[in-house]
Amino acid sequence: MESVVDIVLLSFLCITVVAIVYIRKLFCAIMLLGIFSLLSASLFVTMDAVDVAFTEAAVGTGISSILLLSALALTHTREQRPPHQPYIALLVVVVTGAVLIYGTMDLPRFGDPNSPIHRHVAVRYIADSPHEVGPPNIVTSVLASYRGYDTLGETVVIFTAGIALVGLLGFRRRQEFKVRLYQPMDKKTSYAENSTEDGDEFEDNIKLPGANHMVLRIVGKMFIPLILLFALYVQFHGDYGPGGGFQAGVIFASGIILYALIFDVETAMRVITPKGLRLLAVAGVFIYGGVGLVCMFLGGNFLDYNVLSAHPLHGQHLGIFLIELGVGINVFAIMVIMFYTFANRKRGSV
Amino acid sequence: MSWVGHYNYWVAIFLMMSGFYVVISRGNLIKKLIGLNVFSTSVFLLYISMGKIFGGTAPIINEHSQKFQLFSNPIPHVLILTAIVVGVATTAVGLALTVRINERYGTIEEDEIRAKDDSL
Amino acid sequence: MDLNIFGNILDILTALFLTAGCFLGISGGIGLYRLPDFFTRQHASGITDSACSFAILFALMLQSGFTMVTIKLFFILIFLIITSTTATHALAKTALFKGQKPLLGREDNH
Repeated sequence: MESVVDIVLLSFLCITVVAIVYIRKLFCAIMLLGIFSLLSASLFVTMDAVDVAFTEAAVGTGISSILLLSALALTHTREQRPPHQPYIALLVVVVTGAVLIYGTMDLPRFGDPNSPIHRHVAVRYIADSPHEVGPPNIVTSVLASYRGYDTLGETVVIFTAGIALVGLLGFRRRQEFKVRLYQPMDKKTSYAENSTEDGDEFEDNIKLPGANHMVLRIVGKMFIPLILLFALYVQFHGDYGPGGGFQAGVIFASGIILYALIFDVETAMRVITPKGLRLLAVAGVFIYGGVGLVCMFLGGNFLDYNVLSAHPLHGQHLGIFLIELGVGINVFAIMVIMFYTFANRKRGSV
Repeated sequence: MSWVGHYNYWVAIFLMMSGFYVVISRGNLIKKLIGLNVFSTSVFLLYISMGKIFGGTAPIINEHSQKFQLFSNPIPHVLILTAIVVGVATTAVGLALTVRINERYGTIEEDEIRAKDDSL
Repeated sequence: MDLNIFGNILDILTALFLTAGCFLGISGGIGLYRLPDFFTRQHASGITDSACSFAILFALMLQSGFTMVTIKLFFILIFLIITSTTATHALAKTALFKGQKPLLGREDNH
C-alpha cells in the first residue's frame, strides 16, 4: 500500500515537472512549482520524514512562491525566447541522467533496512538519543545537539543571504506611495465607496491592496493571530513532535507576510519595522553563538550543553530550547526582510 | 514489492535532469531559477528516499511509537530540513540579482543581456 | 457485541464519507478541467475545497475516536472551511474587478 501511494505521487511529480518545462507563462510555472513542492511534501510524509515535509510545505509552497511572484512583479511575466540550443542541452541531460541511473544500480534497494546508511551512526543516534540528549523527536536532538555545528553554519548562511539581499535591493521607500497611504482613511465613506461595483470607482482605489476585500480583511484579522500562535506552538513543541525553529520561523514570517499582503506593506512595515527585523536577525545568530560560548566558559566544549545545568539532561534541554529559539528568530527575521526588500522595490529601471 | 526497487531513485533523477534541462536550455533568468528549485527539491527527494525503511516510522520516540521497533534514518532528515531553508535563502539572492539585472538592462533574457554587453 | 455493532456502523459511515469525498474531489477536478470560464471553474474548485475536504476529514474523525487527533482534525476542518471559502471569494471578486466577465451571462453567447 505504501508503495502504491509512493508511485502515484511520484507520477504526479513527473507530470508537474513536464508541465513546468513546457509552459512559457512564468506565473503558471511558479504556481506549478508550488504544486511540485506540495506533492514532494506529501511524499516526504509517506517516507516518514515529517519534519522535512513540514518545512517543505511551509517554505516551498509558501515563502518561495511569494518571493518568486514578487520578483516576477518587478520584471517580465513571460519568457520571450524559445529554448536556445535545445538539442545540445537535451543530449547533455540525457547522458548525465543515464550515467546517474547506471550509478543507482549499485545502491541498496529502496526501503532496505540493511543498507549501509542505516548501519552507521544512525543506530547510535536512535538508541542513545533518549538518555543522552532527551527530546523524543530524534531529528531535533540530532539537529540541535549532535550536529549543532552544522545548524549554526546553516543559520549563518541564511543570515548572510539576508545581508546580501539588503545590500542588493535595500529598503528604499516608494515615496509617492507613502504619502497616499499615510492619509487616514475614513472607514465608513471609503468602504461604502469601495463596495460599489463600478469599474471606474475601483480604478481609483486599486492602489490600496485589500481595500476592496472586506471578507479577506476580516478573515485575515481573525486568522493571523492564530497563525502566529501556531508558529509559537511549533517552536516550543518541536522537541516532542515535528517542528522546531526553522519551521516556526517560516510560519511566523508567513503570518506577517499575509498581513502585509492583505493590508499593506507600508502598514506592515510600521508594525514590524525593518530596523527591528535587522536587530532580530542579528539577535538570532547571537543567541546561537552565545550559547556555544557560554558552554565553553562553563568548562565544556563549544555547543556542549551538558555543562549548562547540574544535570546533563537538563542542560541539554535548556541548550536545545535556546538555540531553537535563536534559529526561529533568525529565520523569521530574514524571511520577512526578504519579502520587504522585494515588495518595497519600484518597478522599472533606475 | 521488490520491483519498486530503484523506482524512487530513477524518478528523482528524472526530475533532477528536467530541472537541469530548464537551467541550461532556457534564457529567462526567472525560469532558470525555477529549474534550479526543481533540481534542488529532487535532490531532497533522493536523500529522503535513502533514509526510508519499509515498516519503519517517523523517528519520534514516544508512547505511540513503542510498538514500532524500526525508525527511519533521522540523518537525511536533518540535512534536508536545513537545506530547504538555505535553498529558499539562495533563491532569494538569485531573484534579487535578477531584479537588479532587469533594472540595469531592462530585460531578463540571457541573449538580450549578452547583446547589450557586446554593444557597450 | 453492542460495541462491535457500533464499530461496524462507524466503519460503514467512514466508508460512505470517504467515497463521497473522493467522488466530490474527482468531479471537482474534472470540472476544473472541462468548464468553460473562470467563474464556473471556481465553482468546481470550490466544491473540492470545501465539500470534499469536509467529507474526508469527517471520515477521518470518525476513525480516530475520542483522542487528541480528533480535536486537531476538527481545527483543521474549521480552518479549511473558512480559509478556502474566503480564497474562492477573493479570487472571484478580483477576477470580476479586473474585467473577467462570466461567460454565461453574456449577450453574445447565444
